[in-house]
Amino acid sequence: MNIHEYQARELFMQYGIPVSVGKMAETARQAAEIAGRINPPYILKAQIHSGGRGKAGGVKVVRELKDVEKQASELFGRILVTRQTGPQGKKVRKILVAEAAQINEEYYVAVSVDRSAGQVVLLGCRDGGVEIEEIARSAPEKIVKTGFSLKTGLKDYHIRYFLDQMKLPYSKELAGIIAGMVRLFIEKDCSLVEINPLALTSEGYMAVDAKINFDDNALYRHPEIEILRDPDEEDPYEMQAKQAGLSYISIGGNIGCMVNGAGLAMATMDLIQSLGARPANFLDVGGTATVERVTKAFEIIMSDPEVKIILVNIFGGIVRCEVIAQGIVEAVKVTDLKVPVVVRFEGTNMEAAREIIRDSQMHIVSADSLGEAARYCAEYVSKEVR
Amino acid sequence: MSILINSDTRVIVQGITGSQGKLHTEKMLEYGTKVVAGVTPGKGGQSVLEVPVFNTVREAREKTDADASVIFVPPKFAADSIMEAVEAGIKLVVCITEGIPVMDMLRVRDCIKGTDTVLIGPNCPGLTSVEQCKIGIMPGYIHKKGHVGVVSKSGTLTYESAAQLTALGIGQSTCLGIGGDPIKCFAFEDALRLFEKDEDTLGVLLVGEIGGDEEEKAAEMIRSGQFSKPVSAFVSGSSAPAGKRMGHAGAIISGNTGTAEGKKRALREAGAIVAETPDKIGEAMKKALEIRGILQDCLQD
Repeated sequence: MNIHEYQARELFMQYGIPVSVGKMAETARQAAEIAGRINPPYILKAQIHSGGRGKAGGVKVVRELKDVEKQASELFGRILVTRQTGPQGKKVRKILVAEAAQINEEYYVAVSVDRSAGQVVLLGCRDGGVEIEEIARSAPEKIVKTGFSLKTGLKDYHIRYFLDQMKLPYSKELAGIIAGMVRLFIEKDCSLVEINPLALTSEGYMAVDAKINFDDNALYRHPEIEILRDPDEEDPYEMQAKQAGLSYISIGGNIGCMVNGAGLAMATMDLIQSLGARPANFLDVGGTATVERVTKAFEIIMSDPEVKIILVNIFGGIVRCEVIAQGIVEAVKVTDLKVPVVVRFEGTNMEAAREIIRDSQMHIVSADSLGEAARYCAEYVSKEVR
Repeated sequence: MSILINSDTRVIVQGITGSQGKLHTEKMLEYGTKVVAGVTPGKGGQSVLEVPVFNTVREAREKTDADASVIFVPPKFAADSIMEAVEAGIKLVVCITEGIPVMDMLRVRDCIKGTDTVLIGPNCPGLTSVEQCKIGIMPGYIHKKGHVGVVSKSGTLTYESAAQLTALGIGQSTCLGIGGDPIKCFAFEDALRLFEKDEDTLGVLLVGEIGGDEEEKAAEMIRSGQFSKPVSAFVSGSSAPAGKRMGHAGAIISGNTGTAEGKKRALREAGAIVAETPDKIGEAMKKALEIRGILQDCLQD
């Protein structure tokens, strides 16, 4: 789960990490009021869940108070398109109004999990302010890492080792910021705590940006984090799917997919793409494809108006195929599907399942193999487009 | 022969009284697995499908001499269940549970380090040594006894792979799902090390997915000759967008790392036969065995 910069700043403050003076505004009027209580120059930052906001025109520096309201009103309602938002972009509904810091030096500092080492890791780079993915691509040697296990926790020597690699002098101030980030990371079950840039100003170090991602699996023990969720930032269909216990991600093509298992779902999408067609979505219907779940899955897939045909790929392991086949026929009836469905079964009683599909008198096609099912869908949509 | 489990393996089911625990205990017993005990705190003294239930893993192990355990416990309690099994001296722990917080798994990893316990999973389908022992939730009928080892990050893709091999007449020694979570204690490399030593395994089919660098590490083992048997591979997620978690907690492309193309390239350059699409997984293995001239050996039991 992601949160906004202004929310992350509040968590930073709770953990003793210095941030600039400022507040979130929901109207241009509010933005001017906030600016009136702090010192110029001001920085207005669009609050959307994405990096690269500056490049997309979502950050403005305003010298004088009288210009704040006008500049803010130009930001509100704007659609920002960044590499992370996709072509549809994200609408600006909230703005952070803060004092623009006088920055002398900028660094990158983050806390994350090192998957292969199985440790928490401090990440740093002397080139702050730029996209870290870009540095990872062009000059990975510039990124320094210091891992530590939860057994010892973060010790002072880890911080010293990290700062040595960063070629930064050890100071209580810097050590306090790093220790605060790590404490926040562990206590709130984060997957990323990132300050980019950590700025050295005339008044000392300060987090000029704040980014935090949380581990979805641990949200059950953090109701205080769950309430920070901004529904405007979430894909409504992904939210709906999640509530139904399904894992759904919209991709943007026109062949809807319903598959049991995450790996098989991805592989099915890959196969469609290899045939020159485009999958509309990732959807893992789970191991127990009951009528209720399949119905919900069809509803979510069909809420995407681009979907022209649905490919159902089920490997019946423990659950017998004919049970799932009955579920699919039932769900097609209940949802009154307007597009054809191609079903590929593999597993226990697949012959019986195919018979149920054939006898259903509905617009459902039973394919003998995964390749055949995918080819049928790809050919169908290419004809539709023509 | 096989890896990790065989017909002598004695299994404890942690969470045996839950619906999933009970269902899969039944399936494991049907397959011939020696399920010797169940554990559910507070339900000691009961029995499920004639399997005695104990309150703790320690007691279950002492009373039944079990050497493996499988965990069907909800994510909130699963990390504790793993640690309980480790401390009770269980040598093989298989965790089926999906959705365990990363921070919990980091603590589990620290707990296992230095012990001789092997943890498979979490968020995995378990493993099957064909016609000997099945631990977890894999369907039993997809397998044919033989000489190809299968190791995969995904559940249903493991079944798909095994079924394709079986359809081609290529049997399997052990099929193993290592799970799609970011933090695990048993990765592709560990599986390759065991398969290399197993005389009954003549080749390995590796099924990876986007995220992390386990496939690249496996490729390095193959390239350097630490793993010498023929390998075929499939990596899912070519069509996955960056930054989106594709079902599994670990299946995410971050920046330019963890992409399917990068993994496939590494495996191909190391000498593995890589299936481009999921319907060709079995054929890729067949080709890898043919090139080494051992296909005929792999068509027999």
